Amino acid sequence: MALLQVRNLVKHFVRRHGLWRPPSVVKAVDDVSFSIEEGEMFGLVGESGSGKSTTGRCILRLIEPTSGDVFFRGENVLQFSRARMRQARRDMQIVFQDPYSSLNPRMRAGDIVEEPLIIHKLGSKAQRRARVAELFTLVGLDENHLMRFPHEFSGGQRQRIGIARALALSPAIVIADEAVSALDVSIQAQVVRLMLELKDRLKLTYLFIAHDLRLVENICDRVAVMYLGKIVEMGNTHSLFSSPRHPYTRALLSAVPVLDPDAPRGRIALDPTSFDARAPLKEIGASHWAAV
Amino acid sequence: MPAPLLDVQHLTVVFDGVRSPVTAVNDLSFEIAAGETLGLVGESGSGKSVTAFSILRLLQPPGRVTSGRVLFEGRDLLSLPEREMRQVRGARISLIFQEPMTALNPVMRVGDQIAEAITVHDRTDRVAAWDRAVELLDAVHIPDARRRLRDYPHQLSGGMRQRVMIAIALACRPALVIADEPTTALDVTIQAQVLDLLRELRARYALALLLITHDFGVIAEMADRVAVMHNGSLVEEGPVRQILRAPVHEYTQRLLAAVPGMRAGGDGGRR
Repeated sequence: MALLQVRNLVKHFVRRHGLWRPPSVVKAVDDVSFSIEEGEMFGLVGESGSGKSTTGRCILRLIEPTSGDVFFRGENVLQFSRARMRQARRDMQIVFQDPYSSLNPRMRAGDIVEEPLIIHKLGSKAQRRARVAELFTLVGLDENHLMRFPHEFSGGQRQRIGIARALALSPAIVIADEAVSALDVSIQAQVVRLMLELKDRLKLTYLFIAHDLRLVENICDRVAVMYLGKIVEMGNTHSLFSSPRHPYTRALLSAVPVLDPDAPRGRIALDPTSFDARAPLKEIGASHWAAV
Repeated sequence: MPAPLLDVQHLTVVFDGVRSPVTAVNDLSFEIAAGETLGLVGESGSGKSVTAFSILRLLQPPGRVTSGRVLFEGRDLLSLPEREMRQVRGARISLIFQEPMTALNPVMRVGDQIAEAITVHDRTDRVAAWDRAVELLDAVHIPDARRRLRDYPHQLSGGMRQRVMIAIALACRPALVIADEPTTALDVTIQAQVLDLLRELRARYALALLLITHDFGVIAEMADRVAVMHNGSLVEEGPVRQILRAPVHEYTQRLLAAVPGMRAGGDGGRR
């Protein structure tokens, strides 16, 4: 059984344009289905506005989806009560993109990491403190960083605090929403290495939401490509990157700068009339689906 | 060998701090020939943007240039009177910023912004300036240019705004364009279009380009030569193939090793 199964997830945002004009509906997530196996690194890629972050937030119900199902270990989290959902979030954590705005600037790093333990009433004060120290070591921070404020850390260190906080409750799945996008490339490499290490060590499962296709190709086991709220292609990373089938995937991959100045540059422009936007995903090869 | 178009010699820039001054750019020297593209790479805080601002004398206090020369078309820009500098800035050397939403004036029609760039330097009337603006929007492939000139920046997509920025940069037919992370804020498909456009305009107008970026993919696509900065100093400089395939400096090697998809040995290509 898959650890996380998303089925026909839909999120519509209604935009009102004042009194005299009818509201319009933005289909941010439009019938998205996928599942993630335990221990998997699942990449969700797409350009801005494709709905990848909204999908991640709907899974945790940080945004309430319009319809659909999200099964975690076989239970539909969308039918959970508030209290039950809060409990479920112990197993499902998120790391955000911007370590500047996602950490409370008035709290010390140690308190930020301890906060989830307090909210979930875990352990005595001494036990919590010990756990925080352990988490700091785990993500490669120093114990004398505990008393510092977020502004005293670099971007990479701040993201490590964000990861430590996400791991405080020993979750089964971590949703990394552009978690390394804002970082310099060498810092990004360090944080990614840490995330991969923790995956093995703590048997974590990741939903890795990103727009950096080169990074996703390098670290994810499977990838889904989103375009205008739908998954247009999904499959094993190697298969999807080496033989993309959907016109959008092809255009997207061809737009990624190639690191070899002499490589041929075959830019493929997207022709929106060349495919049926409502086509369902179908299996086109061994664990490779495309909406063609 | 002809003199280079831009010749930066021993540039040092310092920011006066509360306790002690911080050296942002340390004894930096490089050249750009006419029509050439130099990629200036480095991580945040390495001094890339400060270098660009120093060349154009747009550096704000507490930053100040403490030594060095910036020779452009044979004159030292750092010692020009401000009045003469204004004739260089925007006309002979122009700048494309990373964030087109903050670089464009939100309450001014894009046509007026392009026309302003023209009339500041040329004595032309508004009608002629708008005609030239139409030409420029055509050159950056914005369809229906005459109507688009009446739009405000918020009515344009991110890619279109960056095209408007490029049109403004080209308004006075500069010899050198400094592009500071021109595609960083854009989606990858839009980035590809903007890079294609820059490549086309560079050939059409024989532009020299100082391309500031942290993305080695963009470097591989655009640059003839590469200069790598680290902590304000130039650590390595050379032709793009040499830097990408056989970097000599330990920092360059480390930086390239961190780039996802960059294979050891530097064959780089993934397809």
